[in-house]
Amino acid sequence: MAFLGTYNYWIFITLMMIGLYIVIVRGNLVKKIIGLNIFQSSVFLFFISVGKVSDGTAPIILHDGGEAIYSNPLPHVLILTAIVVAVSTSALALALIVRIHESYGTLQEELIHEAERAP
Amino acid sequence: MVVAFAIIRRRSLIATAMLSSFFSLLMAGTFVLLDAVDVAFAEAAVGAGITTVLMLSALALTSSVEVQPLKSNWLALVLTIATAGVLFYGVSDLPAFGDAAAPAQRHVAPRYLEMAEFETGIPNVVTSVLASYRGFDTFGELTVVLTAGIGVMLLMTPGVRRRRNQKETDEDAT
Amino acid sequence: MMTSQHLILRVVSKILIPLILLFALYVQFHGESGPGGGFQAGVIFAAAFILYALVFGPENTRRVAPEWALSTLMATGILLYLGTGAASFLFGANFLEYGVLGADFVAGQLLGIFLVELGVGITVAAVMITIYLAFAERQG
Repeated sequence: MAFLGTYNYWIFITLMMIGLYIVIVRGNLVKKIIGLNIFQSSVFLFFISVGKVSDGTAPIILHDGGEAIYSNPLPHVLILTAIVVAVSTSALALALIVRIHESYGTLQEELIHEAERAP
Repeated sequence: MVVAFAIIRRRSLIATAMLSSFFSLLMAGTFVLLDAVDVAFAEAAVGAGITTVLMLSALALTSSVEVQPLKSNWLALVLTIATAGVLFYGVSDLPAFGDAAAPAQRHVAPRYLEMAEFETGIPNVVTSVLASYRGFDTFGELTVVLTAGIGVMLLMTPGVRRRRNQKETDEDAT
Repeated sequence: MMTSQHLILRVVSKILIPLILLFALYVQFHGESGPGGGFQAGVIFAAAFILYALVFGPENTRRVAPEWALSTLMATGILLYLGTGAASFLFGANFLEYGVLGADFVAGQLLGIFLVELGVGITVAAVMITIYLAFAERQG
């Protein structure tokens, strides 16, 4: 049963592999960015699920007197900043893609390589 | 639950941008279930909102139709499955989901949870850790965001290009 | 981006934008006792501007948020963060050690965290608006 107790890692691995597969197989650069985003999301999910404590609640200290179990706040902090950084880096990547499209007229990796080889 | 839907996403076209927005929204819901309300907030605003808008405007600037690649995907599939196998092997040693005695839960987190409100006067531990205990980290992250913004500005601002073209035509004229 | 002529879109977004801005400010300043904080508030603030740009076009948005203002705000936010960190030098503490800024330790922490989150919010909002407008103006 210990095997089933780690199902959160299974989800994370599956998502990560879907992202990796998209990045490798798809020639379209925008599709690669989406694949990278899925890959990133899987890492976020991994961190957050590591911080989860059974029967816990969100790490905002309550004042109704009772003792509560709180989830680990540290992964939340790391992922919170990571999400905002992720959107800025994908915006940068998209900007590069727009410039590539302007120079080569295509977003397919193979066609870009061909255009590179041609004089 | 997340997995089942993620498989659908491999369709081509502009619809993937919308699907990835939907994916982010589902991720945000999952984060709420995992008690990470702050993160869910950010994911819903960033992933479902801003990223989709940026993706769509980038697609509007480029072509939105994907040409199917001709090469065979067997090597990639084998590689992916092999990586997954390695990860599954590595994961088998990790503590169970929600285990309060896991090493990740025992190191600095209890210190934050017990002392954060006393030391900073702020009930939201995530905010106090973000801004106070790990302030240096956050400063670095903010610098990355700023750098990305400057980079996009340099790459995309039409003025830069126009000015350069202007200069070239001036030089041609002289 | 096409400037929309749809009456309903224009009216609804005119109603929604102040509410989104207000909600962003709430998230910014209530982030200490509820979910929220500078990063989320900045993104929501930017979302209001992006909605405006989508409906009324980037040219009109530029009148509200000209380029010089955005780039100044981008730098202002991070300098506010840096300045808060450096201010603790003046009181003989380490970088970003806010405890010394206020009358007692907790008051100093509160002030420091407030300023730092404000800096984060300003920079994130300015960067997101800049990024979107850069993409939108490229199409024009």
